[in-house]
Amino acid sequence: MLLLAPAMLLMGVFGFAPLLSGFYMSLFAGRYGEDRFAGLDNYVRAFTDPGFWSSLRVTIYYVAGTIPASLALSFFIAFGLHRILRGRGALRTLYFLPYVTSAVAAAMVWRAIFNSPDGVANLLLSHAGFGPQRWVLESRGVLHLLSGGWIPPGVGPSLALCCVMLFDIWHDSGFMIVVFLAGLSAIPAELEEAARIDGAGPWRVIRHVVIPLLSPTILFLLVASTVRAFQAFNSFYALTQQPDQPLFESTTNLVIYIYGQLYRWNDYGYGAAVAMLFTGAIMLVTALQWRYVGRKVHYS
Amino acid sequence: MNRFKRHLWSASLYILLVLGGFLTAWPFLWMLSTAFKSHIAALEPSLSLWPGEWHWENVRDTFESAPFARYFLNSLLVSGSVTCCVVLTSAMAGYAFARLTFRGKGLLFALVLATMMVPFELTLVPNFVLIQRLGWYNTYAALIVPWCANAFSIFLMRQAFLGLPGDYFDAALIDGCGHLRFLARIAVPLAKPIVVSVALFAFLGSYNALLWPLLVTADESMRVVQVGLTYFRGDFGVRVNLLMCASSIVILPTVLLYFCAQRYFVEAAITAGIKG
Repeated sequence: MLLLAPAMLLMGVFGFAPLLSGFYMSLFAGRYGEDRFAGLDNYVRAFTDPGFWSSLRVTIYYVAGTIPASLALSFFIAFGLHRILRGRGALRTLYFLPYVTSAVAAAMVWRAIFNSPDGVANLLLSHAGFGPQRWVLESRGVLHLLSGGWIPPGVGPSLALCCVMLFDIWHDSGFMIVVFLAGLSAIPAELEEAARIDGAGPWRVIRHVVIPLLSPTILFLLVASTVRAFQAFNSFYALTQQPDQPLFESTTNLVIYIYGQLYRWNDYGYGAAVAMLFTGAIMLVTALQWRYVGRKVHYS
Repeated sequence: MNRFKRHLWSASLYILLVLGGFLTAWPFLWMLSTAFKSHIAALEPSLSLWPGEWHWENVRDTFESAPFARYFLNSLLVSGSVTCCVVLTSAMAGYAFARLTFRGKGLLFALVLATMMVPFELTLVPNFVLIQRLGWYNTYAALIVPWCANAFSIFLMRQAFLGLPGDYFDAALIDGCGHLRFLARIAVPLAKPIVVSVALFAFLGSYNALLWPLLVTADESMRVVQVGLTYFRGDFGVRVNLLMCASSIVILPTVLLYFCAQRYFVEAAITAGIKG
């Protein structure tokens, strides 16, 4: 019993108790110390708060923009790495490197690359014959910029948000590649060989042999990385927010929004209510993924 | 013809993979080269990865122009303590869940696993208030204590101890060896790959954390590197070379640790990935 005591005590105090007290807090209004019972007012307030909806939209754009892209990209890289024999370890390390490094330090590098007007990104644009962009500081929609102003600036994700997505696809793919490689190495080579002898081309081998056999790995990566994408904070904060300035709205996702409520306005009750809603949303999405994607998973 | 096609296929695969690897690594190389450029050269946007002249004094300047040594010390102290504590608590709890029998064990373990599903943001607000009530705001305790036990590490340790042959346990217990001694002398050394991985994950998680240290500290002297770096930008103005030098130094410990424990680390990622 003594063996369990330290871990259980810590997890009870910092893991379980906050669950209950978080819900309790969300029922009160006002700053810490001057609490007033508010019932469900904080929840009603969230649904009528444009800041909440805007941060929800940013979160959804981000999840939808990063997960499919990084899953597909890392699948093909892992598939390629699986096929070669020499130098696989060195290349894997190269791809894995971004994942080990701190998102904050790496974000500093990308901020310098996206620096406006004198960053490397603008240098590349000017070589290609385009004018400079403001990248991580650009709150106008990427569709607006691409269409030459034809689509209104508020439609779709902002260019700044797209920079964050690109950064995280770069930063997180290494982990997915390593996990995909492990899954691929568990597939018997005879199966692929047999399909190829039967005259199936590479695309058909991937679609009808590799992907079904890899589906447990895909489901794990899908669920785990979706939860992580919902919770993304470091890259958003380090890449686009300034410590002592108002939050940059077009890259304020739900976590940054919760952070703002707590830290900048000390509005604990409302922050807790948004966190509760946020948790509910994550659980809902996870449950849907298990139900609809999990059904297609093929267990050997 | 078929053989020629196959060679062509494999050659283009190599070229693509190496090109992708180079693109992936490019920001790092750019960071390293900018870190050693002069102030003027760093301001000039350039794709070149080789600084014309090497300015080694940038490292000294970085440490002098911000309390960067202090941030670094704080980070190493906090992450070191968290790592030690996590290894201790999870080895003990993992052992208990794997080898002891007591009432309510299944329920307790299910509760532990349930905490893995709860997002950190939900517990963030109450924990922040708790830290303030305890009077821990802006102290090392606030940075260290809440992270000293976690479900993922306990789970990994339990799996590792379950995988050890049961005869060892029986033989040792018959010889009069206590649980604690058995754990320290036999079980942990036998499960070394997992112990190393748990330590590594704990260190990475703690060292790379930003949101929690940002919330619970206020003074310059209590900042960790990740928080310090976000302030650095403002403090430095446009001194890109020093900022890149600082980023390289921040990345250094984790990259070194990764190379030291690469074997174990990749194995653990694989175990975690396939078995959930």
